[in-house]
Amino acid sequence: MSSSLIPAKGKHLGETVVGFRRHEPGTQPEYFYPAYRATRLRAPSQPLIFLPHTLSEVTGPVFGHSDIRPNDQDLTGQHAGEPLGERIIVRGRVVDGDGHAVSNSLIEIWQANAAGRYTHAKDDHPAALDPNFTGTGRTLTDEDGFYSFVTIKPGAYPWRNHDNAWRPAHIHFSLFGPAFVTRLVTQMYFPGDPLFAYDPILQSIPDERARQRLVSKFDLETTKPEWALGYRFDIVLRGRESTPFER
Amino acid sequence: MNFTPTPSQTVGPYLHLGLTDARSISRVAGDAAKGQRVWLTFRVVDGDGAPVPDAMIELWQADSEGTYANQDSSADGAAFRGFGRLATAEDGSCTFETIRPGCVPGPGETAQAPHINVSILGRGVLKRLSTRVYFAGEQANVADPVLTLVPENRRATLLAQPDPARTGAWIFDVHLRGERETVFFDV
Repeated sequence: MSSSLIPAKGKHLGETVVGFRRHEPGTQPEYFYPAYRATRLRAPSQPLIFLPHTLSEVTGPVFGHSDIRPNDQDLTGQHAGEPLGERIIVRGRVVDGDGHAVSNSLIEIWQANAAGRYTHAKDDHPAALDPNFTGTGRTLTDEDGFYSFVTIKPGAYPWRNHDNAWRPAHIHFSLFGPAFVTRLVTQMYFPGDPLFAYDPILQSIPDERARQRLVSKFDLETTKPEWALGYRFDIVLRGRESTPFER
Repeated sequence: MNFTPTPSQTVGPYLHLGLTDARSISRVAGDAAKGQRVWLTFRVVDGDGAPVPDAMIELWQADSEGTYANQDSSADGAAFRGFGRLATAEDGSCTFETIRPGCVPGPGETAQAPHINVSILGRGVLKRLSTRVYFAGEQANVADPVLTLVPENRRATLLAQPDPARTGAWIFDVHLRGERETVFFDV
């Protein structure tokens, strides 16, 4: 598919580029969401300039197996001992807006430990660090778009956005997909978390159904008997325009 | 399954743990890459003009002939991967080593002036901010099909300026908000 995007030598002009579809209103957060305080000084105030997709937007970096190290997929196996907390398996499928598998694509994750503490110099939450848990993982999706991680269920943690503010337990996800405009960074949540209603980061997404797409589902199929609970988290990246954008 | 794209969320203040502590890429172009060498410094400030110490910049650019890399960009010895990623330091800055890209084909019969595609992520940034770095003084800027979409009085926000202190060094200021706000694109 991507080979059609590479201009043939000597035929650099007049390229036909197949762009990516734009988001439906309400399905993505706005930049400015005052309840999430940090957006007040960091969200643009001017309207964005609409950019028809060119070669610069529909190409993107490619990652491969040389980017992945052993144990990158198993966050419980990166140190001498077992980390504390509830071992879980997070598994899902990455597809595009037409439901087609996004294969061999890099996924990076990071998260707090079971106590709600990040292995990060600036995290001063007075909860225990775990010498057996860093909280960083990466993998490539397989041919059918599937990925899986073994990790520990992260704890909720406090932040200073507002009085008595707590983030619901979450795992950060970073994906590239096939183009620079399919880049996605998001967060996966756990079903039934009582903090959802109080979390301005999740609530910044206007559409309730869109918010629900960030909540993983308990999955008995992924669950391994006498070893770990399984959660399913499917991810959809932008799909292409159905017809080439003739110009 | 619903195929509406998954919503974005902020990278948060601990982005370094997952994305840059062990995974920074400051060299977009290796030693063997052809072209004019460029050290490009970003300086990110917020709506009060205060440095943003917990942002991340990602770059995607063509090589000196205007071609985007399509091979495994991590392959050993690849002279040019076209991708870079750095977190901002306490002073809101980060510096990439790259080469000046060539002209890339644009829509119709147009050619795009040398430019670098930029993503900005950070705490307080709920979804990717997209902008482009062009080079001040470049002749091709005048006819660039994207720059010409931008109101004339704001185009300068997309121009990196040469650093008089060092040959090959360029500075690109990012104002996330406010009077000197950088132009961001709806991509």
